[in-house]
Amino acid sequence: MSGPIQFTCPLPLTVKDRIVLGHGSGGKLSAELLHEVFLPFFRSPILNRLDDQAVFEVNGARLAFTTDSFVVKPLFFRGGDIGSLAVNGTVNDLAMGGAIPLYLSAGFIIEEGLKIATLRRIAESVGRAAEAIPIEIVTGDTKVVEKGKGDGLFLNTTGVGLVPEGVRLSPSLVRSGDRVLLSGPIGDHGIAILAEREGIQFSTELASDCAPLHGLVAAMLAVSLEIRAMRDPTRGGLSSALNEIASRVGVGIMIEESAIPVREEVRGACEMLGLDPLYVANEGKLVAFVAADAAELVLAAMRRHPLGRDAAIIGTVTDTHPGLVLLRTPFGTTRIVDMLPGDQLPRIC
Amino acid sequence: MCLAVPGQIVEAHEVDGLRMGTVRFGGVTRQACLDFVPEAECGDYVIVHVGFAISRLDAEEAQRTFRLLEEMGALADELGEDGG
Amino acid sequence: MKYLDEYRDPELARRLVEEIRRRATRPWVLMEICGGQTHTLVKYGIEELIGSRIELVHGPGCPVCVTPLEILDKAISIASIPEVIFVSYGDMLRVPGSHSDLFRVKAAGGDVRVAYSPMDALRLARENPQRPVVFFAVGFETTAPANAMAVWQAKREGLRNFSMLVSHVLVPPAIRLLLEQSANRVQGFIAPGHVCTVMGYQEYEALAAQYKVPFVVGGFEPLDLLEAILMLVRQLEEGRAQVENQYVRSVNRAGNPAARQRMTEVFEVADRNWRGIGPIAQSGYRLRAEYAALDAEKVFGVEALSAPEPPECISALVLQGLRKPVDCPVFGTRCTPATPMGAPMVSSEGACAAYYQYRRHIAPAGAKP
Repeated sequence: MSGPIQFTCPLPLTVKDRIVLGHGSGGKLSAELLHEVFLPFFRSPILNRLDDQAVFEVNGARLAFTTDSFVVKPLFFRGGDIGSLAVNGTVNDLAMGGAIPLYLSAGFIIEEGLKIATLRRIAESVGRAAEAIPIEIVTGDTKVVEKGKGDGLFLNTTGVGLVPEGVRLSPSLVRSGDRVLLSGPIGDHGIAILAEREGIQFSTELASDCAPLHGLVAAMLAVSLEIRAMRDPTRGGLSSALNEIASRVGVGIMIEESAIPVREEVRGACEMLGLDPLYVANEGKLVAFVAADAAELVLAAMRRHPLGRDAAIIGTVTDTHPGLVLLRTPFGTTRIVDMLPGDQLPRIC
Repeated sequence: MCLAVPGQIVEAHEVDGLRMGTVRFGGVTRQACLDFVPEAECGDYVIVHVGFAISRLDAEEAQRTFRLLEEMGALADELGEDGG
Repeated sequence: MKYLDEYRDPELARRLVEEIRRRATRPWVLMEICGGQTHTLVKYGIEELIGSRIELVHGPGCPVCVTPLEILDKAISIASIPEVIFVSYGDMLRVPGSHSDLFRVKAAGGDVRVAYSPMDALRLARENPQRPVVFFAVGFETTAPANAMAVWQAKREGLRNFSMLVSHVLVPPAIRLLLEQSANRVQGFIAPGHVCTVMGYQEYEALAAQYKVPFVVGGFEPLDLLEAILMLVRQLEEGRAQVENQYVRSVNRAGNPAARQRMTEVFEVADRNWRGIGPIAQSGYRLRAEYAALDAEKVFGVEALSAPEPPECISALVLQGLRKPVDCPVFGTRCTPATPMGAPMVSSEGACAAYYQYRRHIAPAGAKP
């Protein structure tokens, strides 16, 4: 053994001049983009609330307004396609504000070369999904981009809904002592999509949980108005949804690992790839913050609804660790459920 | 390092001269190369890392941890749960 | 899931914890080598459970963290070539090189793809005969058989467009280096269960005998690690320094002969630089001369690329278990997973990243040297 070891360390990369995929994954990078690039220019107190939907009054009626863009690949997957995703996703953003969905717009950005038969299949799916709500598609747009620039199809939907009298859902209402309710098993959508991704491929019966939640929300609001807020945990998974609330409102959230439902297929895929279901996307689930004494009542209403059969109370809002989401393991120890910087990637390590 | 997960061999076949198998992990299945575990058969469990089975899980040995715990549990009972 | 859930049973864990606390009559410093084991220990809060007499330090068992800077730069350089399809395990995408990382290369238009297995890269090469396909073969001994098989298969098939950028590292030389340090405080080691599944554990017997430290080959689930810790504590309390095997359901002394055979055909042992530690002799694998046509460094002429690592943070000390992540002055402030300064923060398996992600809400316990 010769001389002392040279201890060295790489320099940090501080130059961040390009968008990377992580900016779209709903984690910390996405949040950074929002705060540093967009919000400074779009000065709006409504926007600054950063809810899933914007709620405002027009002539005494409270309207909810939201937009979402869908860039899923593959376009068709078990349990849905970009079309049904686009309709249900926007309907869900409206529903998280307690709004009854009314009207939808659909903007298609189509890659040159896409088969018209494919486009027709998607249009049919959009129509079917809209009718099932029902929500009326009243306006739209179509653009075509050059081959190589579009991943087949990008779809944007924008929705308008009406918030009934007396319904007020807002993260700002969440307070210490509230219970956290989850409508069903997490990770279905993300894993169903991953199964069909090149390089990862595995076989599963698992389907995306893509579904409209407005009916479930109505059933919950029918039994109690002590529901403070709701969130649908899409990109970034349950972790992102909880972290956004915790940091926005300045409360702590403690969840119990053993209370969180996860399907066997999702578990198997996550174990194999080294993923954590808490970060995997969902498209037909909601998390609700409910006053403690109304929690059991709301839970029962959820379980009576087809989309809430496996609903569970998974945790509590606290004031002991503001801004942090903690998870209690089955061993009784706790760990932080942090926001990831970007996407979870399968690991070997 | 070395994220490797136990899965059950559901079927085996040959592809390009390599022994491949369909392995089930909980509710999902994936192809894995079985060339490094020639002794493993359908129904056996293997430990899979990056699409390769690196060992056949010894079911008998897998019980060892639990036998040890049982012994410990029995011992604790004997000592009236205040062994130390 | 069978063979996983049983090893996460909280009641059985509690019994093991009790026994560990009962058996440890003095303070002991133990090290687990493997990043996957670190992950489990930190995720389940095991250090908290076993009490303050046992100190767990986290070793350099993260191949992502220790991949040398010049290999990253070589990878980035190759991935930036327009027609190349560069295939990598997911872990490597965010690791910073001297000026960039593979994510940024992808953002700038490089064809960088994530694969779960090297066989995916082989398939891409077959499907895209006109384009060079390069696989980034990193890992410890566990991943070597898979990487070896891919390149062996490619040669057998006569695939002209496939090559591998190899950066394998070996565990025993790193442990020997640690044990040679006069500042070393580690008294017992949990040896890496999946590395030993491939290699067996004979190599650790020489280390145990020479340095008089016990090794226990451990698995990756909480009960595995608790049992391994108990076995180490028993050895230490009894004054023994042997190599024992906790992970008996997967590991035997000789390892996996079929895997080793394929590795020997394809790789030979070479000197390697470990990021954050420095050069360690005979501590890695490189492709044998017969595989020169599939060696990406030769194919793309990047062999001579070197990258000096500027001295700055304490990650080398963390990697060697001489410091805890929380001891670092920039931990959690300037150095976070989003803005990593050192290797152990870069990879999700690194000690610093694991601490940051799961445990930073717990204040460091008392004054530790």
